[in-house]
Amino acid sequence: MSDKITTKGMERRRFIRSSMQMALAVSLGGVAGYSLLKSTSKKMVWQIDPFKCVQCGRCATECVMTPSAVKCVHAYALCGYCDLCGGYLKPDPNARTTAAENQLCPTAAIKRQYIEEPYFEYVIDEKLCIGCAKCVAGCTSFGNGSLHLQIRHNECKNCNECAIARVCPAEAFQRVPYDTPYMIKGGFTKDSAAKTIEKKG
Amino acid sequence: MTQLKRYFLLICILIYTALQSFGAAEAKQRFPKPEFANGYTQPNTTAPSPRFAFLEYFDVFMLLVVLSVTTWFVLKKRSRRGVFWMSVFSLLYFGFYREGCICSIGAIQNVVLALVDPTYAIPLTALLFFLLPLAFALFFGRTFCAGACPLGAIQDIIVLKPIELPKWIQKVLGLIPYLYLGLAVLYVATKSEFIICRYDPFVGLFRFDAPFDMLILGILFLAVGVFVARPYCRFFCPYGVLLGWMSKFSSRHMSITPAACIQCKLCSNSCPFGAIDEPVAETGKRRSNVNRLMTYFILLPLWIGIGGFAGSMVHVPLSKFNKTVYLADQIIEHPEVKNDPKNIDVRTFLGSGKSTEQLIQEAHDIQRQFYRGGWILGGFMGLIIGTSLINLSKFRRREDWEPNKTNCLSCARCMDYCPVKKEA
Repeated sequence: MSDKITTKGMERRRFIRSSMQMALAVSLGGVAGYSLLKSTSKKMVWQIDPFKCVQCGRCATECVMTPSAVKCVHAYALCGYCDLCGGYLKPDPNARTTAAENQLCPTAAIKRQYIEEPYFEYVIDEKLCIGCAKCVAGCTSFGNGSLHLQIRHNECKNCNECAIARVCPAEAFQRVPYDTPYMIKGGFTKDSAAKTIEKKG
Repeated sequence: MTQLKRYFLLICILIYTALQSFGAAEAKQRFPKPEFANGYTQPNTTAPSPRFAFLEYFDVFMLLVVLSVTTWFVLKKRSRRGVFWMSVFSLLYFGFYREGCICSIGAIQNVVLALVDPTYAIPLTALLFFLLPLAFALFFGRTFCAGACPLGAIQDIIVLKPIELPKWIQKVLGLIPYLYLGLAVLYVATKSEFIICRYDPFVGLFRFDAPFDMLILGILFLAVGVFVARPYCRFFCPYGVLLGWMSKFSSRHMSITPAACIQCKLCSNSCPFGAIDEPVAETGKRRSNVNRLMTYFILLPLWIGIGGFAGSMVHVPLSKFNKTVYLADQIIEHPEVKNDPKNIDVRTFLGSGKSTEQLIQEAHDIQRQFYRGGWILGGFMGLIIGTSLINLSKFRRREDWEPNKTNCLSCARCMDYCPVKKEA
């Protein structure tokens, strides 16, 4: 008698188990199918829209990497090669020289080189750059804005959610397709930014 | 003299640009690029490429291989040593080499974001990282936890002196993962943030680089993990909840003994995770037991209701972690922040040209979402508590020592303790 009950019980358990398994498989398949409709086979990476960036300085402190994977890049085609460079020199510098006290960059990551009268070339040493955007702010407000921040993909860990994006006040961080991983000024303009948004919409 | 010349030039340019209509972008340039006499060529702006995209698919392939081999070790070879070395491999590959990203635990958030945000396209690799371990768990149990999860692996290799926590502590702490999962979904659904990734205690150790507090948290987890085996997996991991659901109804879950159990009890202390169920016989009167079970079933909707109400009550503090809500709150509560030059968020908002009304409206909408989410989250927690009570009071006669399919991590430790040999 009790044996019969047990076998009955076992049958019932097995039935419940397999039907629950089926139900879970179906729901998993449902989630998979629905997400698949909205999936992309492309790898996505993070990038900063330089036209949205407000140079708040958080890129230097919030990145999971030390120093930050965000670096200042220089769009040379936009540079005015100024002697009085708003990105290189502190406001009211003692002299327009490479002396440390005149430099805006806290790590002296910008190399200033004389080209010809009265022009100077500015090159970023990315090994030293910490992405603090002090030079970007200077160049954007007093110059052409040729200095700007970009995520360098040789440094970036491509976190699932970028730690800087989470706190960026200007929402300048976005996921971009792997094959166009940069928004370097010159090639990338405000108009092209608007176009990509239109395309998305 | 040259400087004077330069300034004169600048002023001319400024006047020129001011007179120009603001048409093409080039015309807005304050200082046009000079023409160099000495043949200077400008350097190119470098753009180092990201990691090759196909390597992401290679990661998925590795996950599939590791899952298959681990499952084979657990179910066919019944080899703890094999599982151990697989987990070491996963720790090295997914942990230290891939630096903990992407992982299946975090992929929950990508899937949820794909479900709620029409503008978000989920990478196929993230979707596969989410699905594969669940699909395996649905058939073979949580072999992902045993051999493929780097977070599990780093904890598993330091289980040196496991102590058994009292059952009630295990039950209570075991509710945290459900809450964590619920909160993670809530914060993704409101597009606030990915909390699972943010509070991943081990990713900093994998990268040898983390904020100080997260590094401390990771070390703390490992220190506790020497005595309380795999604390993150058992008492925090939100993905473990999903895996547990799948595993509970799996058809080919591992068993402690390869043949019939001989009731030798040698395995009873072998599980450091408290995931072995002992044989039980029904105690007490059947009638009162059934009555109690019925009462808990009837109480279930009440739990859901209470939970949902409680969840909706805390939606305001929960929503403060959303940055839009926080900013609006700051501006309403402390209008003086508008004059604070150091408050970056307020400065940026004021510079953006958006009106305060717009911001408050946005924050209000987000708070509405949190209100609804609070009901759902609370109701979910009520359901979990209610069903835990039902599970506690329901008697399922068990004659052998069996792995608890929900909590068993398939680590295969217990198998080594079983003296029964496989039938030929």
